[in-house]
Amino acid sequence: MSGFPQDTVVSRRSGAKGLVGGPGTGVSSLEYPAVLSDVTRLAVFGGVYSNHLALEAAIEDARAKGADAFLCLGDLGAFGPTPDRTAEILQDEGVPVVRGNYDDSISRGLEDCQCGYTDPRDNHYAHLSYIYTLTNTSNRHREWMGTFPDRIRFRLGGLDVLAFHGSPRRMNEFLWETTTPTHFLRGMADQHSADVLLGTHTGIHWARQLDERRWYLNAGALGRPANDGKTNVWYLLLDVRAEQLHHTFVPVSYDVGALVGEMRREGLPEEFVETIRTGWWTTCLEVLPGKERARGRW
Amino acid sequence: MGRIELEVVDPSPAVELQALDELWFQVAGTVCNLRCRHCFISCSPENHSFWFLSREDVQVALEESVPLGVKEYYFTGGEPFLNREMEGILADTLTLGPATVLTNATLIPGRRAAKLAALAAASPYTLELRVSLDGITREMNDAIRGEGTFDRCLEGVERLVGQGFLPIITCMRSWPEDDTERYLEGFRTLLGRVGYDRARIKIIPPLLMGEEADRTRAYHETERVTHEMLHGFDLSQLLCTRARLVTARGVYACPILLESPSARLGDSVGTAAARPARLGEAACYTCYMSGAICSNTLSGAGADR
Repeated sequence: MSGFPQDTVVSRRSGAKGLVGGPGTGVSSLEYPAVLSDVTRLAVFGGVYSNHLALEAAIEDARAKGADAFLCLGDLGAFGPTPDRTAEILQDEGVPVVRGNYDDSISRGLEDCQCGYTDPRDNHYAHLSYIYTLTNTSNRHREWMGTFPDRIRFRLGGLDVLAFHGSPRRMNEFLWETTTPTHFLRGMADQHSADVLLGTHTGIHWARQLDERRWYLNAGALGRPANDGKTNVWYLLLDVRAEQLHHTFVPVSYDVGALVGEMRREGLPEEFVETIRTGWWTTCLEVLPGKERARGRW
Repeated sequence: MGRIELEVVDPSPAVELQALDELWFQVAGTVCNLRCRHCFISCSPENHSFWFLSREDVQVALEESVPLGVKEYYFTGGEPFLNREMEGILADTLTLGPATVLTNATLIPGRRAAKLAALAAASPYTLELRVSLDGITREMNDAIRGEGTFDRCLEGVERLVGQGFLPIITCMRSWPEDDTERYLEGFRTLLGRVGYDRARIKIIPPLLMGEEADRTRAYHETERVTHEMLHGFDLSQLLCTRARLVTARGVYACPILLESPSARLGDSVGTAAARPARLGEAACYTCYMSGAICSNTLSGAGADR
């Protein structure tokens, strides 16, 4: 597809907590081909949506599980409170971030989050969330978001991994488990010479094996629960064992009550609070396919 | 006097397929059990200009679709459930990817609703039923879709919901745009009465062609897509940049332009995918203005990337 920059390539910097490519490093100093030879366990975070408490909990949990590198797949803001806090944590940890549609919109000051809602109710709440995030993100962080690459490519456990937000071709493309054919994913893996396609954007984690060697992995989201009636959120661990790459979706619990208190103090809609409290999505429902929607409450 | 040779050049712009994300099937041709007064291709029991696709026809196109990377499959007509092989066609499709059926829901007895639920449960992919209902009252709907269709449609919806489906209720907007919120609320209330309490509703703008051109008005001559209009425009908003339609008479650029010979792009999916689509028809103007209204959602299309 035209219009995309070359894949950005990152490697682990000796002594760094994250992958090179974090705050202010841009992409110019990166090596190619990047082989994360000294990384044995990579923690991958999907959309954070300003849930800084879940992000802190996930980082702590991943460290306790032996993760030696972190990667974030974008959408730092939306939905939750005080968006600058999420940016500060990711910067402090040196976590490289792939550009999500929210980061793209916030950095460029666009009119909306680019999720493409047509339902008036979804649009109403998406607009509230977006305006709150835009208003409360510092210029410094907006500029930083403008430096995120659309894609990050690296080699791990003998496999070529391509990380992106929505899909390799479009950052706001939804790849849901029940509307994404295996042949479609194989075609994308072929086109981008990738063994592992690593994305987020949908907010619900899932995995599909494409053939003996190749996978599509959706890291889910840290920002809100997986529409399953549970309050925990999810991240993804990529694990190199016996020169093979394994994946594990990890549930994370965090201080839901504290987040709810912050959201209310910030005047965020009670509908968002309800999702955090109950684990059921109450907004942004239009884009869910029938099967995913039927599994939820609303 | 010398002769002046004139070359006829079609002034309308043409667009290449960007990716074949959606493959549509005119699975019931133009044959329908209803005679809706707004039908953009004038489907009816007597309109046999396009005949049914067989299960084998569909299977050939499905096989062709795999290497082309198709993401979603849509089935339309006419009324798809007039096709006696429809359930088999869906079974074949759901082994490959998600399927959406555009139906008037008047031919969904309990047995069929149960069969569709079984097909959906057996597949890892979503089976969507998109149900046309054109009013929030019997009078409003039946004036467009025919007497008795309101009740029969709601019975079909109730059976689908009873089987666990969340059908997408599709309605052509026949009211001023500012009144849409009020009508959406009316649909929610109506559907709640048949047990559908979290209704998915899709409002589509009117296409001023076919029966609808007689019912309201036809497109004005100025309502056409021009080369200038495409400058800086996100082409993925146009269905013909990411879809093709398989019919019994060849493969077309989109489901709306069935009666336009220039929209027929080839005999096979591959041939039609390789040829650009011309935006010469008035309906292209609605697609340009409103986005690809035929898809279930914009599915992430529309990003200015």
